[in-house]
Amino acid sequence: MIKAILIFNNHGKPRLSKFYQPYGEDTQQQIIRETFHLVSKRDENVCNFLEGGLLIGGSDNKLIYRHYATLYFVFCVDSSESELGILDLIQVFVETLDKCFENVCELDLIFHVDKVHNILAEMVMGGMVLETNMNEIVTQIDAQNKLEKSEADK
Amino acid sequence: MVVPSLKLQDLIEEIRGAKTQAQEREVIQKECAHIRASFRDGDPVHRHRQLAKLLYVHMLGYPAHFGQMECLKLIASSRFTDKRVGYLGAMLLLDERHDAHLLITNSIKNDLSQGIQPVQGLALCTLSTMGSAEMCRDLAPEVEKLLLQPSPYVRKKAILTAVHMIRKVPELSSVFLPPCAQLLHERHHGILLGTITLITELCERSPAALRHFRKVVPQLVHILRTLVTMGYSTEHSISGVSDPFLQVQILRLLRILGRNHEESSETMNDLLAQVATNTDTSRNAGNAVLFETVLTIMDIRSAAGLRVLAVNILGRFLLNSDRNIRYVALTSLLRLVQSDHSAVQRHRPTVVECLRETDASLSRRALELSLALVNSSNVRAMMQELQAFLESCPPDLRADCASGILLAAERFAPTKRWHIDTILHVLTTAGTHVRDDAVANLTQLIGGAQELHAYSVRRLYNALAEDISQQPLVQVAAWCIGEYGDLLLAGNCEEIEPLQVDEEEVLALLEKVLQSHMSLPATRGYALTALMKLSTRLCGDNNRIRQVVSIYGSCLDVELQQRAVEYDTLFRKYDHMRAAILEKMPLVERDGPQADEEAKESKEAAQLSEAAPVPTEPQASQLLDLLDLLDGASGDVQHPPPLDPSPGGALIHLLDLPCVPPPPAPIPDLKVFEREGVQLNLSFIRPPENPALLLITVTATNFSEGDVTHFICQAAVPKSLQLQLQAPSGNTVPARGGLPITQLFRILNPNKAPLRLKLRLTYDHFHQSVQEIFEVNNLPVESWQ
Repeated sequence: MIKAILIFNNHGKPRLSKFYQPYGEDTQQQIIRETFHLVSKRDENVCNFLEGGLLIGGSDNKLIYRHYATLYFVFCVDSSESELGILDLIQVFVETLDKCFENVCELDLIFHVDKVHNILAEMVMGGMVLETNMNEIVTQIDAQNKLEKSEADK
Repeated sequence: MVVPSLKLQDLIEEIRGAKTQAQEREVIQKECAHIRASFRDGDPVHRHRQLAKLLYVHMLGYPAHFGQMECLKLIASSRFTDKRVGYLGAMLLLDERHDAHLLITNSIKNDLSQGIQPVQGLALCTLSTMGSAEMCRDLAPEVEKLLLQPSPYVRKKAILTAVHMIRKVPELSSVFLPPCAQLLHERHHGILLGTITLITELCERSPAALRHFRKVVPQLVHILRTLVTMGYSTEHSISGVSDPFLQVQILRLLRILGRNHEESSETMNDLLAQVATNTDTSRNAGNAVLFETVLTIMDIRSAAGLRVLAVNILGRFLLNSDRNIRYVALTSLLRLVQSDHSAVQRHRPTVVECLRETDASLSRRALELSLALVNSSNVRAMMQELQAFLESCPPDLRADCASGILLAAERFAPTKRWHIDTILHVLTTAGTHVRDDAVANLTQLIGGAQELHAYSVRRLYNALAEDISQQPLVQVAAWCIGEYGDLLLAGNCEEIEPLQVDEEEVLALLEKVLQSHMSLPATRGYALTALMKLSTRLCGDNNRIRQVVSIYGSCLDVELQQRAVEYDTLFRKYDHMRAAILEKMPLVERDGPQADEEAKESKEAAQLSEAAPVPTEPQASQLLDLLDLLDGASGDVQHPPPLDPSPGGALIHLLDLPCVPPPPAPIPDLKVFEREGVQLNLSFIRPPENPALLLITVTATNFSEGDVTHFICQAAVPKSLQLQLQAPSGNTVPARGGLPITQLFRILNPNKAPLRLKLRLTYDHFHQSVQEIFEVNNLPVESWQ
């Protein structure tokens, strides 16, 4: 199960935080800080896997992360998930964002964080992988955006 | 004048414009005030925009609870735009700990049954993220209906929502199990992925479901085979592998179904071999599938040849240049090391290589695996590697490495001398990271190896002379020098080069330890005692020692002061006894891990009794008459016998050496009742860490030809004691030695009053009801003293 999905920049500023288990607000912020602390210490050419910090459940859970330019994408998962599989999932997520935002960069995520949530909701639901076919996801997002647009025009 | 509200992007722009944290806070607080006002005014048009801004500042860590009710209003609106933000808000701001969360149940119900597809999707998504047990129970019928809808978009979401519901309310498994078989025949990958997840969840929760789903193994094999042999399809492929996510899920489910089941394992054998040999390993996706295949092969009843293939694949991956692959290989090997030890042993050299990794994640895995691979034949070589690792490993791994080495040394040491050397090396390299009992263990070990006393004391002296900062090392060294000082000065030891040490040097070293600011109080105590012991081991006069001892008589540390004063007294008034008191220590019987086990067990027993429910009122009232009977007979609370001071006693208490006190002798069991083949036994435990507590386990056994039913045991103790009865394991003891009933009594006896116990038994036996009331005689004295 995926416990949390976090995106933050090189200074630890959160760009997206989604938790799939109930944590209090303070705990959520602490988890973000702790995760940033652990992940930012890593060199560039080491593996993408880390033991989870104490707040997220300790050594039973793993942090699987990818560093893209100025952003860290971190998935906190438990031992039932395939580590290499999650790495691919992060890649699919980023590619989908790229498709939806046309060459996505950090600013897109900053100003359209609600859209990022919507895209993520089409891929991961309740901590489980829902859909990995990029085309299906993008089609759905487009349809929903059209719906919103038509309501705004009324 | 109505100020138009900021759009989300504008707010974000403003926040980014803030130069300091304080400025940011100001901007946000101002905006939140606007948002609050807008919520109060109830503006429906801009509500979704206000909530979106609130969710943004919530992500940055600012309070947003006042938006919770707005989520409800937005969800209830008919506009998709409103619902979208409202549901997102519900997922971020509401969870099962807030009472408000139940209020959206009705809206979700309406949206699930009457909404358009995107709306149904939103509702399902929210339900699967924050749905509490009550919500899940209420909405299960709606979700069940959606499982069979034509639209794959809604169906796949409904399936994953079902998984969440089963996690919250396990009884719903019976609702969601029947549709699974049909869902497996769907072609849509999203539906298949969800269904496999659902079936996996069901099988993990219930052995009956597991048996039920074994019959879909052929279906699963078919789906996987299609994926594997399918040509390149752009739809779901990642780097040329068709839907690796679905493949991995299927492999995991096959693992669960094939475990310990010959027939299922048979069915999947060929396919697993095919996947293992044909998967393209040049990209990550292929490797993900391959790893999952290897884990499945090793977990089911697969053919021997296939197992060898699997472990070799892992071995190959250990040599891969990609660090991620190496990490997963190490993790997988760690999982296999218990079950397929010899196969993993073959890769030991490569694993040891990985210890030299600079990547902390990798070296940690390599450490765990290396420690698991140590056995009696490779222990010397492995220890060398591990000790080299200890010298250079990152600080957070030091403690684990040190304790791992010490444990392995204890299990597999080929000779005592090697063992002592190893512990010595660990103490010198990573002294501050070892566990507390390392000192006790080492002194015990040295004490027991008489032939090595000279060797040990010499080595320890050398180590101490070099470095007095590592406390465990200093403590052991001080103890040894005190005990075996005569051997140290005798000078002859074949195993290391002869070193002439004279008395003054030894005393100077111990004094240095005493005075050093790096020495802990405990260490100083060791050093002082060692000096004292040397007064009988050395040949010279004891003036220097006497001087030191008298100086410390006014030391600020109370413990040290007491020791010094008493040693001083020993010199002055009891000199004739000094030699006898300071004799060499006899070897103390150390139970070590066993004593820990006992303490742990009684702790667990105590914790279990904490968890078990305490008996309720009716029993208590029936006990009262027993209590009266008991108290009438007993006298006052006895005072504990006064302590008897003896002149040598206080001093002996001082020579308080680092050995584990012998564990209390176990109290013998007591048979208290027997009637027509029905017996009642009492066994007693007094946990060492809580001397006032007595745990009695009552065991009722039945060797007669008839069952004992409706068995109830009640007890009473004198008023000065506290009794707590835990719930019994049952109330039936089947005939002819059937499973006995056990019940735990907890008795608190802080005043150590004499224990009296009255028991009342009622049960049915041979179609008669039996009632017995009796006082237990011959209670062992150790149970209350």
